[in-house]
Amino acid sequence: MSDTMQLARSGFTLATAADRRRFVLQARPGTLDAAARALGLAEAPAMLATASGGAVTALRLGPQEILLLLDPAGAGDSLAALRTGLDAVAHSLVEVSDRQVGLDLSGALVEPALASLTSIDVALPAFPVGMATRTLLGKADGVLWRTGPEQFRLEIWRSFAPYISGLLDEAARDAAF
Amino acid sequence: MLLIRCPYCGDRAEIEFANGGEAHIARPADPMTQTDEEWAQYLYMRDNPKGLIAERWRHAHGCNRFFNALRDTRTDRFVTTYEMGQPRPEIDAAAAAEAAR
Ligand SMILES: [Zn+2]
Repeated sequence: MSDTMQLARSGFTLATAADRRRFVLQARPGTLDAAARALGLAEAPAMLATASGGAVTALRLGPQEILLLLDPAGAGDSLAALRTGLDAVAHSLVEVSDRQVGLDLSGALVEPALASLTSIDVALPAFPVGMATRTLLGKADGVLWRTGPEQFRLEIWRSFAPYISGLLDEAARDAAF
Repeated sequence: MLLIRCPYCGDRAEIEFANGGEAHIARPADPMTQTDEEWAQYLYMRDNPKGLIAERWRHAHGCNRFFNALRDTRTDRFVTTYEMGQPRPEIDAAAAAEAAR
């Protein structure tokens, strides 16, 4: 399968997101705060919120879990700081860079297209900019992150990408009517 | 759509969750002291009530956490959800009647 996906319809575009190194960090809440500070953030983002700074974006997917997206250019320094900050503290840090792929969605029809894949209310008041959560997209697990009023980022397992982008393509076509 | 209130994520569709069986089943601290009957009781015997049950749920397609819930088995209404490790909440008669409705 090709790693670059591209869809363009009136009011709906889908493109492969910029390359990121991805890590799943699991630890107690206090340790997550320490990890966030080591990465240059003020604190761990609240449940279902995100925080960004420098090369780091942190998505709080669970009370014990943060998904880290690192710009490859600064990833080495961030990881070194994280290892120093969490030295001798119980935690789990797993790289999932190649497991997942990021898809950037944008356009006026993104909301209705996503709404046909997930049971979550994706309207702006219920799902504000900066909110992120894992959910079901069709029958596949995926992370939904709102990056703008008409922009979403999906972080999904690589092998699910053709399935999910295919569903989105059909949903966007239907939403245009 | 049946909504379940995850203590961490809020109301979500039931399809995001996995049931984990009856809650508050304590594993015997020293299994070697148990008779076969006592061990079978721990492993297999469940209350299976017609009415309110405390059971474990996992937000499998969300935050991935286990939590406990009080549900009425006749109506599928959830009275409350609460974090693992907390005791089973006391429910007043009005809430129980609402769950049975
Ligand atoms: Zn949850």
